[in-house]
Amino acid sequence: MAQPLSFDTVHTGGPTTTTRSHSELTAEVLHELVEHLRQNRTQLREEWARRITEARLLTAMTKEEIFAEATSVYDNYVEALATGTFEALQAYSRNLSERIIPRGVETHEVVGIVLLLRDVLARSLFSKYQADFTKLDRILDAYEPAANRIANTVAVGFVQERERVIRQQQEAIRELSTPVLQVRERLLILPIIGVIDPQRARQLTEQLLRGIRTNRAKVVVIDITGVAAMDASVANHLVQTVEASRLLGATVIVTGLSPEIAQTLVNIGVDLGKMNTVGDLQGGIEQAERLLGYKVVPQAEAN
Amino acid sequence: MEVPILKQGEILIATVQAALTDSDLMQLRRALVEKVAKARARAIIIDLTAMDVMDSFASRTVREVAQMIRLRGAETVIVGIQPDVAFAMVQLGLSMGGVTTALDLEEGLEYLHRKFKTIL
Repeated sequence: MAQPLSFDTVHTGGPTTTTRSHSELTAEVLHELVEHLRQNRTQLREEWARRITEARLLTAMTKEEIFAEATSVYDNYVEALATGTFEALQAYSRNLSERIIPRGVETHEVVGIVLLLRDVLARSLFSKYQADFTKLDRILDAYEPAANRIANTVAVGFVQERERVIRQQQEAIRELSTPVLQVRERLLILPIIGVIDPQRARQLTEQLLRGIRTNRAKVVVIDITGVAAMDASVANHLVQTVEASRLLGATVIVTGLSPEIAQTLVNIGVDLGKMNTVGDLQGGIEQAERLLGYKVVPQAEAN
Repeated sequence: MEVPILKQGEILIATVQAALTDSDLMQLRRALVEKVAKARARAIIIDLTAMDVMDSFASRTVREVAQMIRLRGAETVIVGIQPDVAFAMVQLGLSMGGVTTALDLEEGLEYLHRKFKTIL
C-alpha cells in the first residue's frame, strides 16, 4: 500500500483526532485492518480452512477445493472491506452458488463458513490489539458493520441463486407436466402425475378443453393414479373441468382415484351423478371404447 | 339482432351470429318454442359458436328453452360452446344440467341422426 499508516498518531489523543470526521477515521481504521488481513493472508486462510473442516461444513467438497474456494472468498472479502463496494463480492457469491448448489451444499453451510471467517478474522484482531483496548474498539467499529454486510451479501446471493434454480425447475416441470394424448379417433387421455396446485389445475383445464376442440374428442379419460392427494379447491376444479368438458360435448371418465381423493370428493359433496369414474386406466379406456362403439378383440378370436 | 332459425329435415337450427341482448334471447326463446310445433320438428339445435360470453341470464334462458322444447315434445342440443366460455360458465355455477351438448353443429346433427335411427 502506497499510503503510509498514520494510524498510531490518531488515537494518541492529539488535537488532530478531534478535527477529523468520523468517516475519515473509519476509513483509516479500515485501511489498517485491510493491511493486517493482507499481511496475514496465508496464515488466516489456512486457519479458516482448518476450522471449516473441523466444523464439518462443505462435506460435499474435497480439502483442496475448500482451500481453493476459501482463498478466493478470503480475497474477495478483503477486497470488499478495502473498497467498500460489494458488487464484485455479489457477483462472486452468485458464481460460487451456481457451482456449489448442484453439489448439494446447504444454506446453513454457506452461512456457516462466512460466519467462521468472520470469527477467525475477529480473533486475529483481538490478539493483535489486545494490548490497546481503545484501538481494538475502533477497529471493531469499522470491522463489524462491514463484516455483517459481507455475510449478508453472501448469504443472500446464495439464497437468491437457490430460488432461481427452484423457479427454473418449477417452470420446467410445468412445461412437461401434462400431455393431452389421443389414443384413438375421438378419444383423449390426460394422465396427471404429481402434485396439482391451483395454477397447474387451471393450466390442465385449459389444455384439455383446447385438446377436446382440436381433436374433436367425444370421450376423455383423466387418469389421476399418479396424484396422491388434492385439496378441496383443486378437487372442485376437477369437477368443474368435467362439467366444462361436457358443455363441449365430451364425456369425461376419471380413473385411478386414490382413497384420499375419493374422501376429498365426498367431503366437498360432489354430485356423483355427474362424475363418471372407473377404477384404473385400463378400465377407463375400455369403457371409453365401448362408448365410442369400438370393440377390441384378440386376433385369434376375430379370425 | 334476430337469430335466424333454419329448418333441416326434422331439425330446427338456430345459429347465434353475435352477442345477444336479453331481449334478443327472449325473442329467440319465443320463436323456437312456437316454430317447433309449426315445423313439426323433432329436435332443435342451438349453435352458440359466436357467443364469447354467457352470463347467467343467457344460460338460464337456454336451459329454459330446452325444458320448454321437451314439453313441446322435441329435444334440444346445444352446440359450439367455446372452451373459455364453458369453463367460465362452470366456475360461475351456470350449469346446463340435463341439456344435451355437442362440440359443433356437425356433431350435434350426427348425434340426432343416430338417435332418430335407433328410435325409428
